[in-house]
Amino acid sequence: MTQLPLRAQLASALGRTAATLSRATGRGDGSVIGGRIGLALEPDLLSQLARDRRLALVSATNGKTTTTRLITSALQELGDVATNAFGANMPAGHVSALASAKDAPYGVLEVDEKYLPAVIDATGAGVIALMNLSRDQMDRAGEIWLLAQKWRRALAGKNTHVIANADDPLVAWGASTAARVTWVAAGQPWKEDSWCCPECGGPLDRKGVDYTPPGGHVAGAAPLAMVPRPVEDDWACRECSFRRPQPSWFLDDDAVIDPRGQRWVLDLQLPGRANRANAAIALATAEAFGLPVQAALPRLREVRSVAGRYTTVERDGRRARLLLAKNPAGWLEAFDVLDRSLPVILSVNAQGPDGRDTSWLWDVDYRVLRGRPVFVTGERMLDLALRLDVANVPFQLVASFEQALAAQPPGKVDVIANYTAFQQIRAEFDRAV
Amino acid sequence: MQSDSILRLVWIYPDLLSTYGDQGNVLVLEQRAQRRGIPVQTIHVRSADPVPDSGDIYLIGGGEDRPQILAAERLRRDGGLHRAVARGAALLAVCAGYQIMGSTFGGEEGQPVQGIGLLDIASGRGAGRAVGELAGEADPALGIPMLTGFENHMGVTRLGPGVRPLARTAVGTGNGDGTEGCYAGKTIGTYLHGPALARNPGLADLLLTWAVGAQLPPIDDSWYDRLRQERLTAVLPQQA
Repeated sequence: MTQLPLRAQLASALGRTAATLSRATGRGDGSVIGGRIGLALEPDLLSQLARDRRLALVSATNGKTTTTRLITSALQELGDVATNAFGANMPAGHVSALASAKDAPYGVLEVDEKYLPAVIDATGAGVIALMNLSRDQMDRAGEIWLLAQKWRRALAGKNTHVIANADDPLVAWGASTAARVTWVAAGQPWKEDSWCCPECGGPLDRKGVDYTPPGGHVAGAAPLAMVPRPVEDDWACRECSFRRPQPSWFLDDDAVIDPRGQRWVLDLQLPGRANRANAAIALATAEAFGLPVQAALPRLREVRSVAGRYTTVERDGRRARLLLAKNPAGWLEAFDVLDRSLPVILSVNAQGPDGRDTSWLWDVDYRVLRGRPVFVTGERMLDLALRLDVANVPFQLVASFEQALAAQPPGKVDVIANYTAFQQIRAEFDRAV
Repeated sequence: MQSDSILRLVWIYPDLLSTYGDQGNVLVLEQRAQRRGIPVQTIHVRSADPVPDSGDIYLIGGGEDRPQILAAERLRRDGGLHRAVARGAALLAVCAGYQIMGSTFGGEEGQPVQGIGLLDIASGRGAGRAVGELAGEADPALGIPMLTGFENHMGVTRLGPGVRPLARTAVGTGNGDGTEGCYAGKTIGTYLHGPALARNPGLADLLLTWAVGAQLPPIDDSWYDRLRQERLTAVLPQQA
C-alpha cells in the first residue's frame, strides 16, 4: 500500500487508539468509535484508506454480516483481507476496519443499505454484492423502493462489477444500471415486497417451475458435468419490458451451479436456505476476484457462526442455538432453519436499532410454529403474545431469556431474536461468537 | 351482512398497500368474528383485479408514495369500492389508504394528487415526518376506549364538514390539528398502524357490529388488554 498523507495517518492512528480503549474498557467491539474519531479529523479518510486495495462492498436487507464473512473467508485464500466483521456497517465502521488492517491488499465491507451510495462514492469499490431488499424497520429506514432507486443512481456510470440476486425484483432493478452485472439466481422466498414492477408499477407475474436436477445430488466437492439450468422463480412485468435478468449462477437446492454448468454441493456448516443463497453470492463474488469455486468453497465450509449468529450457547445442560431475525423476510428464513422437533424461544424488542414500530410482527406467518413448545420473551413480549394468540399458536410467556432457558428440559432449544434482543442474549454469554 | 351468514372481508391491494403489518387488521377481524361463531371469507384483491362490491368490510392499508398514487388511480377507474360503500359496506382505511379516500393527497414530491373522494378530507405533505406512538380519546359517540397505535407518515389531513374526527390526540400527531383520523357513515380512516385493530379491539368490534347489524357478545380480550395497558402506560404522561 502507498503511504497515507500525514494527517490521514494521524487520524487513523488516533482512531485505532480509541478502538483499543473501547474494547479494553468493555464499552463495545471498538469497531465504530475509532472510525468516528478518524473521520472527524479527516473526512476524506475512507477514500484514502480504500485507495490501492481491491474492495468488495456487501449490502442487502438480510444476510449482510454473514455474506461479508463468507466472502472474507474466501478471499483470505488470496491474501490479507480488511473487514468490518462485527457488523459496524456505516462509514465509521469502514474506516475502523480498513485502518486496523492497513496493509491488507483486499477489503470486504458490509454496508448499510442506506449508506451504500455514499460508500460507493467514497471507496470506488470494484466489486459490489447485492442480495435482497425487503421491508425493515420502516420507522427509521424509510421506503425500500426509494432505496433501490438510490442504488440505481449510485451505480450508473461507475466502473463497478456488481454481483446481484436476479430473483429479487427490487435488487434486480436497483442493480441493473451498473456497467457490469453477474446475476445469481439465489432465490427470494419473501415475495410480499415485490408483487409490483419496480419500473412501472404493473403486476409482476411469477412462474415457479419445479426443477429436479437429473441424476440427483452428489456429495462432496466433485462437480457434476453439465446439467440443465434450473428455471425457478422466473418473473416478468405484465405491462412493461422489465423482467428477470438471465442468471449465470444458480442456487439449486443444496448446490450451486456455476457459469460453466458445473454443480457444486455446498455442504456448509451454516444452516438454512438463506445461507446457501449467501454462499452462492459469495462464490460469484470470489470469482470476480479471480478465485475459482474449488478454492473458495472449502473456505466457506469452515465458517460455523458469524458474530453470534447460529452459534450454540450452553447453560446447565440447555444448549440454545441462536438465530437472528430482524424483519419478516428474516423470520421466514429463520423458520426454515428451525429443528421441528425442538422447542423454540422467541425474543422481541423495539429499541432504536430494532425499529420502534412492532407492526411488522403481523407480516410474519407464525403458524408454522404450531405443534411445538413456544416460549415468548423480550421487551415487547406482549405484542408477540397477541400476535401468536391471533395466529392460534399456543405459547408460554416468560419474563426473561434466562427464565425461558431454565424452563426447558436439558437438551437442545432453538432461539430466534431480533437485533437488540439477540445482542442482550449474546451479552449474557460473554458476547458469544 | 349482505346475504346468508358469511362475513365477507375484502382486503384491497395488498400488493400495493400493505407495508406496515396491515394484514394484522384482517387477521384480527377474522379472529374476533370466528370466536363469536361467525364464519368469515376473506378476499385478497390484487391491484390488477376488479374490487368486488359484495363485501361486508373493506380494508386498505399503508404504503409508499408511488404505490399510493397507483392505488388511487386504480380504485377510481375500478369503481367497485365506491359501489360497495354506497351499498352500505364498512371500510377501514389506514395511513396512505386513509389519504386516498379524500379529495387530494401529497405525491412523491409533495404535488397534489387526486384522491377517490369517499371521505370529506384533503391531505397534503407536512414539514416533517410524524413517527412514534399515538394515543387519543375516541369520539364519545363511538363508545370505544382510548385509541393507541403507531404512526409513521408525512401527511397533514384537513377534515371537512362531512366527517367527524375519530379521536382527539393526547400523544402524537395524527391529522396534524389535534385530531386523529375521521369517520363518516361506516367508513373509518386512521393514521394508526400497530396494527390499528390489534391495538384497538373496540374499533374492530365497531366495524363488525356495523357489518353484522347486531351487538356482539364479549370475548376473551386479555391479550389485547395487556398490550393496550402496557402501551398506554408507556406513552401517556404519568398521573402524579
